[in-house]
Amino acid sequence: MYIVIVGGGRAGHSLAKTLLEEGHEVLVVDKRDEVCDEINEELGSICEAGDGCDASVLLEAGVERADMFVAITGSDEDNLVACQLAKHRFSVPRTAARVTNPSHEALFKRLGIDITVSSINLVLEQIEHDMPTRFLTHLVTLDNASLEIVQVKVPEGSVVVGNMVGQIDLPTGALITLLLRDNQPPQRPNGDTVLQAGDDLLVVINKESEEALRLALTQEAALETEAE
Amino acid sequence: MKAIIMGCGLVGAELATLLDSEENQVTILDLDPDSFERLPPTFKGEALIADGTEPEDLERAGIEEADAFIALTEEDNRNILATQMARDIYNVSRVLCRIYDPARSELYEELGLETFSPTRIVAHLLRQRLVG
Repeated sequence: MYIVIVGGGRAGHSLAKTLLEEGHEVLVVDKRDEVCDEINEELGSICEAGDGCDASVLLEAGVERADMFVAITGSDEDNLVACQLAKHRFSVPRTAARVTNPSHEALFKRLGIDITVSSINLVLEQIEHDMPTRFLTHLVTLDNASLEIVQVKVPEGSVVVGNMVGQIDLPTGALITLLLRDNQPPQRPNGDTVLQAGDDLLVVINKESEEALRLALTQEAALETEAE
Repeated sequence: MKAIIMGCGLVGAELATLLDSEENQVTILDLDPDSFERLPPTFKGEALIADGTEPEDLERAGIEEADAFIALTEEDNRNILATQMARDIYNVSRVLCRIYDPARSELYEELGLETFSPTRIVAHLLRQRLVG
């Protein structure tokens, strides 16, 4: 593939290096002469000095025959304009842009940039993936031992929906102390109480069993059946 | 009309003053508070230290109720980003973008953005004066 990269900073430089190693043909465009000199010295003559938002510079870079165009400068506005130029003026089949301000990502997508990469959004997604705490809220840590009180919302489709509290396989030591249900006074659930989606449960639990509790109450019913 | 102007340079301040004197609701944005000294003491609109490419700042300026958004910073690409955001994210009905680079201005006209290139306009005016 022939790939044109606008922006020869740290990100652009290492991207160019990796793509070259993978056997692609690469050309980097950067406004800064010293950046170009450094890249040319290390990777061979693959960097041209110039403004990647300037049609004549891109033309000289052979963007018309590029299979892919990547704008990876530190400036969102420059990346956007470079990609729009490549896409609409030179019909490059695929455009990719780095997005520094995560709130710009939606606009870039709407304007037809094929690939957008926002490092902040990526990290946030990763955090959410690693720590799925969405249905569990810490309320109080009890001084005594390592106990805490947490609030768990029973999600739509959870394996416990329609089940009696007594049937649930709770981690040892977990105690459901209170059930909060929309438009109803708080109640103390017993073993026969049937749970509904949207119920909020206040649970006293050992800190170490938190994850087991979250799984017991929020795991999706369909997933459970598949596992069986 | 509620108008938001991004950039309180000479043109931005002049436009803000004109629109304000014609009883429009004007909000002018700039990152440099000193730039607001260009506004006359009679200016009744709002001057906000704000970044027109930042959604939070645009919302603070009332972009959701705006009828017009005019980008007049010195940087073409910032103007292009801000006006496309005003048009496509906030559905502002009238959006005007200053783009000094005539080629870039032409590209965005083709893409349906209302742009103007002072470079081209002034060059044409001068040519007219010289050649008639």
